[in-house]
Amino acid sequence: MAMSSGPQGERENYLNKHYGVGSWLFTTDHKRIALLYLMSITFFFFIGGFFALLIRLELLTPTGDLVQADTYNKLFTMHGMVMVFFFLIPSIPAVLGNFLVPMMIGAKDLAFPRINLLSWYLYIIGGVMMLHCMLTGGVDTGWTFYTPFSTAFTNTKIVEAGLAIFVAGFSSILTGLNFIVTIHRMRAPGMTWSRLPLFIWAHYATSIIQILGTPVIAITIVLVAVERTLHLGIFDPKLGGDPLLFQHLFWFYSHPAVYIMILPSMGIVSEIIACFSRKRIFGYSFVALSSIAIAVFGFLVWAHHMFVAGISVYAALVFSLLSYAVAVPSAVKVFNWTATLYKGSIRYDAPMLYAFGFLGLFTIGGLTGLFLAALGIDVHVTDTYFVVAHFHYIMVGGALMGYLGGLHFWWPKISGRLYPESLARLAALIVFLGFNLTFFPQFILGYVGMPRRYYQYPPEFQVLNVLSTAGATVLGVGYLLPMIYFLWSMRYGKPAPDNPWNAAGLEWQTQSPPTTYNFEVEPVVTGEAYNYEELDAPHKEEVPIER
Amino acid sequence: MSDSSTVSVHGEAHNPALLHHFATEEQQRDSANFGMWIFLATEVMFFGGLFCAYLIYRGWYFGDFGAASKSINATLGAANTAVLICSSLTVVLAIWAAQTSRRGLMLVTLILTMLFGVTFLAIKGIEYKDKFDEHHVPGPSFSFEHVPVPGHPDQFANPKHAQIFFALYFVMTGLHALHMIIGLGLFAWLLWMAWKGRFTPEYHTPLEIGGLYWHFVDIVWIYLFPLLYLIDRHP
Amino acid sequence: MSEHATSDHSKSSPLITYFSVWAALLVGTFITYKAAFIELGAFNSAVALTIATIKALLVALFFMHLKGASEKLLKLVVISTIFFLFILLVLSMADYGTRLWS
Repeated sequence: MAMSSGPQGERENYLNKHYGVGSWLFTTDHKRIALLYLMSITFFFFIGGFFALLIRLELLTPTGDLVQADTYNKLFTMHGMVMVFFFLIPSIPAVLGNFLVPMMIGAKDLAFPRINLLSWYLYIIGGVMMLHCMLTGGVDTGWTFYTPFSTAFTNTKIVEAGLAIFVAGFSSILTGLNFIVTIHRMRAPGMTWSRLPLFIWAHYATSIIQILGTPVIAITIVLVAVERTLHLGIFDPKLGGDPLLFQHLFWFYSHPAVYIMILPSMGIVSEIIACFSRKRIFGYSFVALSSIAIAVFGFLVWAHHMFVAGISVYAALVFSLLSYAVAVPSAVKVFNWTATLYKGSIRYDAPMLYAFGFLGLFTIGGLTGLFLAALGIDVHVTDTYFVVAHFHYIMVGGALMGYLGGLHFWWPKISGRLYPESLARLAALIVFLGFNLTFFPQFILGYVGMPRRYYQYPPEFQVLNVLSTAGATVLGVGYLLPMIYFLWSMRYGKPAPDNPWNAAGLEWQTQSPPTTYNFEVEPVVTGEAYNYEELDAPHKEEVPIER
Repeated sequence: MSDSSTVSVHGEAHNPALLHHFATEEQQRDSANFGMWIFLATEVMFFGGLFCAYLIYRGWYFGDFGAASKSINATLGAANTAVLICSSLTVVLAIWAAQTSRRGLMLVTLILTMLFGVTFLAIKGIEYKDKFDEHHVPGPSFSFEHVPVPGHPDQFANPKHAQIFFALYFVMTGLHALHMIIGLGLFAWLLWMAWKGRFTPEYHTPLEIGGLYWHFVDIVWIYLFPLLYLIDRHP
Repeated sequence: MSEHATSDHSKSSPLITYFSVWAALLVGTFITYKAAFIELGAFNSAVALTIATIKALLVALFFMHLKGASEKLLKLVVISTIFFLFILLVLSMADYGTRLWS
């Protein structure tokens, strides 16, 4: 093993092998690209969070007094567009997926490292376009940019925002393409499909959605841009077009997109729960196949976003039924994770706290999705804060919690440093409490009738709104803490051992941080994933040591 | 996977075209091939959205679409179909030539492929010009008055619905033509590589995956032609 | 003398296959064109699309070498893609086809 020492006697690794901006901007190392993504995605998270803050500040009072109505429309639109397209969709695959997929399967890199770098550049170009759009006026149609408002009436910068999303979407497609080919073609000897970590299954399923769904929103954006600039009538009822056609095409992607956002997080939760219960995941095959089932079924339910838009009631019935079906594989996973916890040897480190948070909050979010899938209930709560609460429970309580848990879990591997554990547990708690304070009142608000995307509301709703804003402030603090201590740990954190959690997985068999090509020699896999009984067996000679 | 033993596979001396993260040339070639097929899957869905829009409106406005379709030149469309089919033949011949070390044939067939592609675009250009002259381009100067619906000589087609046909016609064929132009660029690069002698019977992966892309563009046209040009042609 | 990268079953003369497919494609195009001018009612579309599908299959199987592919994987990619395209088309029709029912 190469033992050249850098500063402070560090081993050579992917971080210190080359220095200089050029070595980062022209890298093809999947781990460096993951970090490039980490920085850019965090940046956009704060942009999106900034808009959320303004929204919540406006909603402190029943009257529209902080911003004008048009400005408020732009605030929730930009919040949605940035959070969906520039944070949630890329986040886990581009950061943790890029970093870990090759390592977990025993490969030196992804199948197409240069395309991986191109993915990041496309993301940056899309991001810069979106920033420019926001700084020069933004968009006010809602992130869903329904027609004919977006094509024929609004004066805001639809085409520019659409093109930014188009470019970012291409980035997403290339990431998915890279993962699928990598997982099929670059597994180490002995790494059969049934030995893959569930993180890999989750990313494989996610990649299928990215490949098949994203192009449809891409063409939809093209049609909107063409219609808007050339005044065609494809979506305009005055010219014989159908606004619902836009919604069909839009949601054909945007519903599976939510599974792009949640599946990778589920993959992380599988890894964390196995490690911190010291057990293999209960029902491995069921969890693996459920990932695929979610990806497939996710394509069959899109019109549940259109129940009251004017689709035929027969179509609504079909989509309602299918929406119930899609909940089943998610529920299967939740049951299997719970069964894994049973009689496990539970440790409450920060990653596990996030995983527990995920379990509870994702379940609530998922169940409320079923309420929405029931036509009778949906008629009352659609376009209210009930929907807003539902998807934030899944996206923030689910996907984001999983992302944070995963960042903590693999941080020692990524950075070679340990983050401060007590502070991390405190931050996880703050996030959990802040989250529930922010979003639980919104279920109630929606149920009693407060519409979404409104900047003013009847005075009797104020208490719940104030609670929600207070929660958002707490949540903000909870998010800032990891930013600070992760950065702090890069310089002052304790150096991490190669496997601080004594976790199963090929990625833990490399040094922390890994070398550029991950494995000095290609691993050969001879056992199942999650072999925690062996790892914890009393005669095991290796004990993680502090350097 | 703690019970994994480690075995080194770094023994073989390899071809400079073999990238470091791949173990064998076969793995690299298979990966490139697979990657292109997946990219083509995304292209199918990309065009698929347009086909979805087209089929819905064709169902809704069948008569009007029939009238609009009749006004585009089916003979030119059929000719273009034949041109693309010939170009697909020259592509597979170019690959066969690479596989059998026939450098001259490889260069000739690559050039022919590009010539067919340019011919396709030229014919398309003629069609677009005809539409422009007849005021069938959607926009302020669009006009489709007093055009009878095929099979119903007493009815005139609704110009608004006809405009939707033409909007979709231009977007679909325009997007296809854009892909053709990209294909021409791709093949110019392949021609250059072939000229430089980069392809051997063992290594001609760029030709193979470039070929896949070209055939896909051909397949899209194979569907576009009957759907757009042949809705209702009987007198 | 020929070194094939893929497992091509007609190792002896892929040329015959290529030229036969090319001829079939041209014939199919000709039939499609001519049939469009004959009154067949609803079958006009069916004929045109069936021939188009056969042509697409010929290109995919023989020109794109799907037929000789050693693994089922590529065929799975093609079939899945077409399946999801069909979902888009068919489930949208579930709405458009039934809107006037009620």
